[in-house]
Amino acid sequence: MAVALDTSAAPPAKTAETMSISPGLRSASPVLILLGLGFLAPLITVAAYAFAAPKSFDVFRSFTLENFAAIFDPQNTVWTSFVWSLIFAFLTVVLLAVIAYPIAYGMNRMFGKWAGFVSVLFVFPLFVSENVRLYGWVLFFIKNGVLDGALKWLGFAGGPEVLYTPGAILFGMLYVYLPFMLFPMSLGIAMIPRDLVDAARDLGASRLMIWREVELPLAMPGILIGMLLTFVLGAGAVAESKILGGQSIITIAQDIEVAFTYAQNWPLGSALALILVAIVSGLALYVLSKLDLDRILGRR
Amino acid sequence: METRSQIRARFFVRIWTAFVLVAIYLPILCGALAGLTKGRYFAFPVKMFSGEWWGKTLESFEIQTLVQNSLLIAFIVTLVSVFLAFFGALAFARYDWKGRRLYQKAILLPVFFPQPVLGLALLLWFNALGINPSWQTAVVAHLVWIVPVVTLVIAIQVYSFDPTLEEAARDLGASRWFILREVTLPILWPGIWSGALFAFLLSWGNFPLSLYTAGVDSTIPKWLYSKMVAGYTPMVPALGTMSTLSAAALLLTGGLIGILVRRRREQA
Repeated sequence: MAVALDTSAAPPAKTAETMSISPGLRSASPVLILLGLGFLAPLITVAAYAFAAPKSFDVFRSFTLENFAAIFDPQNTVWTSFVWSLIFAFLTVVLLAVIAYPIAYGMNRMFGKWAGFVSVLFVFPLFVSENVRLYGWVLFFIKNGVLDGALKWLGFAGGPEVLYTPGAILFGMLYVYLPFMLFPMSLGIAMIPRDLVDAARDLGASRLMIWREVELPLAMPGILIGMLLTFVLGAGAVAESKILGGQSIITIAQDIEVAFTYAQNWPLGSALALILVAIVSGLALYVLSKLDLDRILGRR
Repeated sequence: METRSQIRARFFVRIWTAFVLVAIYLPILCGALAGLTKGRYFAFPVKMFSGEWWGKTLESFEIQTLVQNSLLIAFIVTLVSVFLAFFGALAFARYDWKGRRLYQKAILLPVFFPQPVLGLALLLWFNALGINPSWQTAVVAHLVWIVPVVTLVIAIQVYSFDPTLEEAARDLGASRWFILREVTLPILWPGIWSGALFAFLLSWGNFPLSLYTAGVDSTIPKWLYSKMVAGYTPMVPALGTMSTLSAAALLLTGGLIGILVRRRREQA
C-alpha cells in the first residue's frame, strides 16, 4: 500500500517540474480566470442576446438582425442618445484636459511637499459614490438651495435655473470624471525629465515652445490614457443625467437600462450595448496598442 | 532666479487648484448641511440645526441591514481582490513571459469600460447561468472591476522591486514559501496595503455595479439612489455624509498605519 502510494505521488510532482507553464502565466491565471468568467463571458452573452428575437429570452435559440435593424431604422430616435452620449463624452474629455493640466503640472512641479496631500484630496472623492456627490450639487443648485438661498439672503433676485438642463449634465460629468483625467495626466507629466526642459531653456526656447515641443510629447502617453478613460466613462454615463439633468437628455446607457428593465426587451438592450461596447473597446484597444505600459507605470 | 512669469504661473496654478478643490468638496458639504437641518425640507440659509435625522438614520433597522451588506461585500472583495491582484501584479510587472503585453492590456479593459454596461452584462450572464442576483453576485461584479485596479496599484510597487533579492534568497537555499513570506511580501507590503484600502473603499462607494447585480439586496449607495429618485427624506444626505465620513476615517487610519509601519521599519 505504502509503495503504491509512493509511486502514485511521485509522477505528478515530476510533471509539475517539467510542465512548461511559465511563472508569469501561473501568477496571471487567477486573474485571467476571473476576467474570463466575469468579463468575457458576460460580453459574449450580451453579443448572443443581441442576435436573439426581439422581446424574447430565446438566447442561443434564435438568430436575427431585427434588433440592429430597429436601431438603424430612421424612424427610431435611439440614435440621438448615441449622438448625445458621444458629444458629451467628447466635450468632457476636451474640457477636463484643460481643467486638469495645470493641476497635474502643479502636483509634479510646484507643490513640493504638499503634492502628496493634494493628491489624496483629489483621490478621496473616488471613494464616495457618485450619486451622493451629484446629489450634493442638486442641494446646491435647487430652488431655496445653497446658491439660491445665499443670493436671496444677500439681496439678489435668486440663483439661475441651471438644474435639469443639458449643461448641468455636462457639469456633473466634468465633476465626476476629473480624477480619471488628473491622475494619468500627472503620471504622464512625471515622465518628463527635468534636465530636458532645462536644456531646452538654456538653448533659448521660449516657454510655449518648451511646452509644445518637449513637455507635451513626453507627457502624451499619460494624457492619452486620461483622455481615453474619461471618454469611455463619459460615453457610459447615466447617473449625471438622472440626478442632475432631470433626464433632459437620455444617454445611451439609460436607453440600454430601460430596455433591460422596464421594457423587458433584452435583445434590443443587448444590441445597443454591443454597439456601445464596440465603439468604446475599439477605441480603447487602439489607444492601448500605442502605449508602453511598462514605461508609464515606472519600470526602469 | 525665478522670473516674474514663473511666479505668476505658480500663483495661477495654486489658485486654480484651490478653486477646483473647493468645487469638489462643496457638494459634500451641502449634503452634510442638509442632513443636519431640522425639518423635512432643506432650505438655505439653514434656520435650525438638529441631529434628529442622524439619530433616525442610526436607529433605522433598514439602514443597519444596508450597512451590513455594504461592509460584508467590501470585506470579501478586499480579501479576494488583494489575493488575486498580488499574483496578478507579479505577472504584470515582475515576470517576463510570452503573453505579458497582451495580459497587461486585457487587464485594463474592465477599467476602460462603462460600469453601468458592465453591470447589465453581468446581470444577463447571471441570468443565463440561472443564478439569482444577490449580494454574492454583487461581490463578483465588484471583483471584475476592482481586481484590475488593485493589480495596477500593486504593480507600481512591483516595478520598484529588485528581483535579484529573490534569486539571492533562492541561491542561499530558501524555500519558495519562505522567500514569499520573508522577502517578497515585506517589500511589496506598501503596495498591498494601499491596494487593500483601494479595494475596500471602491467597493464601499460603488453604485452602478451594485445597482444592477445586487438583486433584492441593497447597499448604501443603491438605497440612497432609490430614495433620491423617489421619496427624499433628510436621512438621504445624513446617511450619505456618514458613509463619506467613514470612508475618510478609514483612509486616514489606513494612511497613518502605513506611515507608522514605514517609520518603524526605517528605525529597525
